[in-house]
Amino acid sequence: MSEQIIPIVMPKWGLSMQEGRLSVWHVKEGDVIEPGQEIMDVETEKIANAVEAADGGLLRRRVAQEDMVYPVRALLGVLAPVEVSDAEIDVYVAGFEMPQADEEEEEQAPAYLFVETPAGRLRYAERGSEGDAIVLVHGFGGDLDNWLFNIDALAAGGRVYAIDLPGHGQSAKTADGGIVGLVDALSGFTDAVDIGAAHFVGHSLGGAISAMLALKDPGKVKSLTFVDAAGLGEEINSTYIDGFIAAESRRELKPVIEHLFADKALVSRQMIDDLLKYKRLDGVDEALGSISASAFGGGVQSAVLADQITRSGIPVLVIWGEDDAIIPVSHAEAVAGAKIEIIVGVGHMPQMEAAGQVNDLIRDFLDAV
Amino acid sequence: MTRKISMKEAVNEALDQEMQRDPTVVVMGEDIVGGTGSPGEDDAWGGVLGVTKGLYAKHGDRLMDTPLSESAYIGAAIGAATCGLRPVAELMFVDFMGVCLDEIFNQGAKFRYMFGGKVETPVVIRAMCGAGFRAAAQHSQMLTPVFTHIPGLKVVCPSNAYDTKGLLAQSIRDNDPVIFLEHKNLYAHESDVPEESYTIPFGEAAVLREGKSATVATYGQTVHRSVEAAETLAKDGVDVEVIDLRTLSPIDNDTVIESVEKTGRLVCVDEANPRCSIASDVSATVAQEAFGALKAPIQMVTAPHTPVPFSPALEDLYIPTADGIADAVRKTMAA
Repeated sequence: MSEQIIPIVMPKWGLSMQEGRLSVWHVKEGDVIEPGQEIMDVETEKIANAVEAADGGLLRRRVAQEDMVYPVRALLGVLAPVEVSDAEIDVYVAGFEMPQADEEEEEQAPAYLFVETPAGRLRYAERGSEGDAIVLVHGFGGDLDNWLFNIDALAAGGRVYAIDLPGHGQSAKTADGGIVGLVDALSGFTDAVDIGAAHFVGHSLGGAISAMLALKDPGKVKSLTFVDAAGLGEEINSTYIDGFIAAESRRELKPVIEHLFADKALVSRQMIDDLLKYKRLDGVDEALGSISASAFGGGVQSAVLADQITRSGIPVLVIWGEDDAIIPVSHAEAVAGAKIEIIVGVGHMPQMEAAGQVNDLIRDFLDAV
Repeated sequence: MTRKISMKEAVNEALDQEMQRDPTVVVMGEDIVGGTGSPGEDDAWGGVLGVTKGLYAKHGDRLMDTPLSESAYIGAAIGAATCGLRPVAELMFVDFMGVCLDEIFNQGAKFRYMFGGKVETPVVIRAMCGAGFRAAAQHSQMLTPVFTHIPGLKVVCPSNAYDTKGLLAQSIRDNDPVIFLEHKNLYAHESDVPEESYTIPFGEAAVLREGKSATVATYGQTVHRSVEAAETLAKDGVDVEVIDLRTLSPIDNDTVIESVEKTGRLVCVDEANPRCSIASDVSATVAQEAFGALKAPIQMVTAPHTPVPFSPALEDLYIPTADGIADAVRKTMAA
């Protein structure tokens, strides 16, 4: 009967995650769970988030306790149909062995890579080995870890690259050319890593940059996915942009970052500390200032590309968080003919707040392109 | 990019990058380059523990081996700071401050005030501090409270390589005298440090571990022992918040008070001797500012009021231990 038992285990979000704290169960024993349903909240050093069920079924046992810390891949719960007896579940739980990480895979895939480009040394991550290339481009002040819930999921369907733009993450901290310089840097990155034509997924400013690349060099861009993207309308929350640049302490930065999420509890101390560490690197504030001046000068987006993108005929998916406080959700309608998906109850970061949904939408879109 | 380096390497890297960034930065001290007893080649020593090794090869005469006269070269560094240089003077062991204290507290610390703000003194005095190195009573003291007592001095005592690099860069760029104390027992301790330059502002404590049951406020070597105590206590369901003060002047009382308002319990851990210490200072501030939030008497875990013993067995008893810190937390929980 044990083949009918399905384990629920501690997920692994990003390469640095070793363990997570189960903060709360959203389901109780006896509940029937649908795949994709939020079943518990887990906190890591980096972020707190809801865990979506990978499988559906009857929850027979909550093995893990709330407020306890468990290693990645530890058994947290057991799904099994009614025919399976409690005794069989006891045996299963007692005998559960944590699957070991695929050591070979981990050795072959270093956490991060670096490549020299005309825009300086850029950091990126690479996952998956087969299929079309998919390039994930973060937004203003972000980095490739903004895709921590997406990069592995998307790698099942292609070779996925996530980049740190110049002035961001661990890439070179020069961004003299403003937004145009970022487009050149993205183009230079695809050449340096020899990616070929790729599907681009751009979040926020990364959407505008991907769109500009598509218009400048159509041969490089097979499709565009805009996630709460810039480049589709004039409005932008300049209070957020200016506040992000100006914040010098935790107390100043935390309320600014809370604008990004519908669920403010997602903003962990570690997230703020990591952002402060980034902002305190020499050159970052200057780079952000230069990018902001060219992309959002005067509190208005300088590049509004929706009509040009429509005319280009390139396949477009638009994903937006309904409660986005940075770029209004109305911009989602800007690209005529695009497939549009509005996600309720999330803010400017749907790839984090509703990762499972966003991953499914992107996979379905790319399958159909 | 980010990689793991030791606290000793972090000091070297901060000095190197600040010297590259600003030509007015100079480094001086006893044996920091060749050393008087060295075989003669340049850059043979790099200080007693080799912290500055390699810098002479890159920056040449901007590093100076001084005579064994703390009074002379600390005075020279403070004077040069008022005349356009940004000297970083290495006092070797902080225990030697006695012979140059007038230059530090009566001169450097007073210039800005006594000259009506017209003079700035951007000098950094680096020194090793702390016990556990088997270096006996005259080379092992934690003298942080002596400096925090003096207005006009900034006092820094980091616990890890990341903070060391960013706070040393901040100290060099700061326009006031900074006493930068490096715990010699932590020199080999490694953490993730960006290759790029960065600064950490003064007066900002780091919350290393969030918790709801009790707050531990500390700095330097005892940060690691406090985290160890917190991990032990977590197994018993006691959820300890650990605060690394990082800079002692200015000191981030807000973060401590905010934490105590949440936990209601405070343990101050200090490797300095107990009377008029950082522990007693933080305790007094919290008692005055957040008395209503306290659910139990504040506990202090400090060194005893004795010199640092040379006997290894006694020296190990002298420094606050993780067990001692855990016991103090349990005591606040029981009260």
